[in-house]
Amino acid sequence: MPAQTITALLKGMCNKEFSSVEITRGYLASIAANNPGLNAFITVTGETALAQAGAADQRRANGENTPLLGVPLAHKDIFCTRGVRTSCGSRMLGNFVPPYDATVISKLNAAGSISLGKTNMDEFAMGSSTETSFYGPTLNPWARDRVPGGSSGGSAVAVAAGLAPAATGTDTGGSIRQPAALCGLTGIKPTYGRVSRLGMVAFASSLDQAGPMARTAEDCALLLSAMAGFDPADSTSIDREVEDYRSQLNRGLSGLKVGVPTEYFNAALDDGIAGVVLEGLRQLEQMGVTLVDISLPHTDLCVSAYYVIAPAEASTNLSRYDGVRYGYRCAEPSDLHDLYSRTREEGFGAEVKRRILVGTYALSAGYYEAYYRKAQQIRRLLQQDFVRAFEQVDIIAGPTTPHLAWRFGEKSSDPIAMYLEDSYTLGVNLAGLPAISAPAGFSEQLPVGMQLIGDYFSEGRLLNVAHQFQQQTDWHQRTPVRN
Amino acid sequence: MSIEQAEIAKIAELAKIRIADREIGEVTSRIASILAMVEQMQVVDTSGLEPMAHPLDASQRLRPDVVMETDQREQFQPLAPELEDDLYLVPRVLD
Repeated sequence: MPAQTITALLKGMCNKEFSSVEITRGYLASIAANNPGLNAFITVTGETALAQAGAADQRRANGENTPLLGVPLAHKDIFCTRGVRTSCGSRMLGNFVPPYDATVISKLNAAGSISLGKTNMDEFAMGSSTETSFYGPTLNPWARDRVPGGSSGGSAVAVAAGLAPAATGTDTGGSIRQPAALCGLTGIKPTYGRVSRLGMVAFASSLDQAGPMARTAEDCALLLSAMAGFDPADSTSIDREVEDYRSQLNRGLSGLKVGVPTEYFNAALDDGIAGVVLEGLRQLEQMGVTLVDISLPHTDLCVSAYYVIAPAEASTNLSRYDGVRYGYRCAEPSDLHDLYSRTREEGFGAEVKRRILVGTYALSAGYYEAYYRKAQQIRRLLQQDFVRAFEQVDIIAGPTTPHLAWRFGEKSSDPIAMYLEDSYTLGVNLAGLPAISAPAGFSEQLPVGMQLIGDYFSEGRLLNVAHQFQQQTDWHQRTPVRN
Repeated sequence: MSIEQAEIAKIAELAKIRIADREIGEVTSRIASILAMVEQMQVVDTSGLEPMAHPLDASQRLRPDVVMETDQREQFQPLAPELEDDLYLVPRVLD
């Protein structure tokens, strides 16, 4: 089955060229053939997928229609799915079968989509390579000796390798955009509060956002319209009407001012990526935008502020894993302290434990002011950088990542080298802004992503610019050679 | 600011994560390097800056004080590692 967009699948089902059962069978066959080599899925739900597809075909035959009727999707294993194990890439939740669906899942189900299964990820979304998963790393289909990025690496690979037409992801510091860039996909992180966090296993609550990963901006628009919206059960959800993102895709770009931050073209940036992204910017210029040099002067502080705030919030959120109410429990605990401390020693992997310890330290008596409060003040500086930039320009464009997909093990022994890979994506999360990564070309036969950052609630404009770019380029249509 | 093994042991105790004796040295050096990295923040003058807790500076919404959820013990309790008479079991705390 050739790589298909959701848009093409919906058209084909509408024209009775094929049924949802047929395409679902096709994707399940592709998963059976390719997943053993790629490890993109942790759990495959073939039987329920076919039952859902049959029901979708029946509904379509009855004249019903919903925006995603009969479309198979893959879900990051961070979203609670009723009756289906939700491991979050961790041993801690290896036996956790949630009794409820995340709001994102119930909204996508209500739109008529079908779930193929749950995708691999860095443990508790803490990582940039999917190497920290308890269930083994996911391989990049463009070069199988390389990482797919992370933490939503399983979702990225499922789509890039044709095991699903699109997938859900989450982005706390770049976890949608970076794997999208390294696997040649389009992925959008919405404005903080745009998509409900209910039922999405919490990592860093003031940064976490869910979003779609797909082949095209058009598919992302369709998915985001279904995922977004106010949820009274998420206290940080924003009560604001969801736009029809698809209806904005064809706006012209003439007169649009695009800011190019000098700090995103720093010495850390790979020359090949710089060349590809500059070519992409020239393409946008030919389409009528005006490029403006801008500065985000505090960019080099993003990594420091993030690696205080995210671990601090994680240490709080992950205190719930105590071996009492659900999840992993160590064998034969001698007393209550032994139960807690050995459950958490054995249930969490090294990176997760490291972040909990850093976070506990940053929040502990005597250090709170110097670390957590300081990081939150720097967060304010970073936000002000963006506020000033958006007084000058409509959107900001640059590379999504400083480097191409790297080889397994290359950075996993040095956490800081791994953290620096997120230098261009972290600022967006700290400021709470929306941003999209779209394929901009190749370097050394590996995909390169261009990141577009918008002001609060400008998802429609970002999808519009990416879509227009995709009307003039074909990078997003390239697929890895099957091997 | 460098961090000592004893301090890591204290933090691990607070975080309720056991660290094996043979691992404490490596864990300490890894965490020390992360703390050295974030030390970069200290040179920035942030006096008078309001700390940012929420990207949109939203405050907590209040909802009407009415019952929203019902008891769902039958759904949640089967997830527990150990149960007895509808109670969660932990090792004996009091003798």
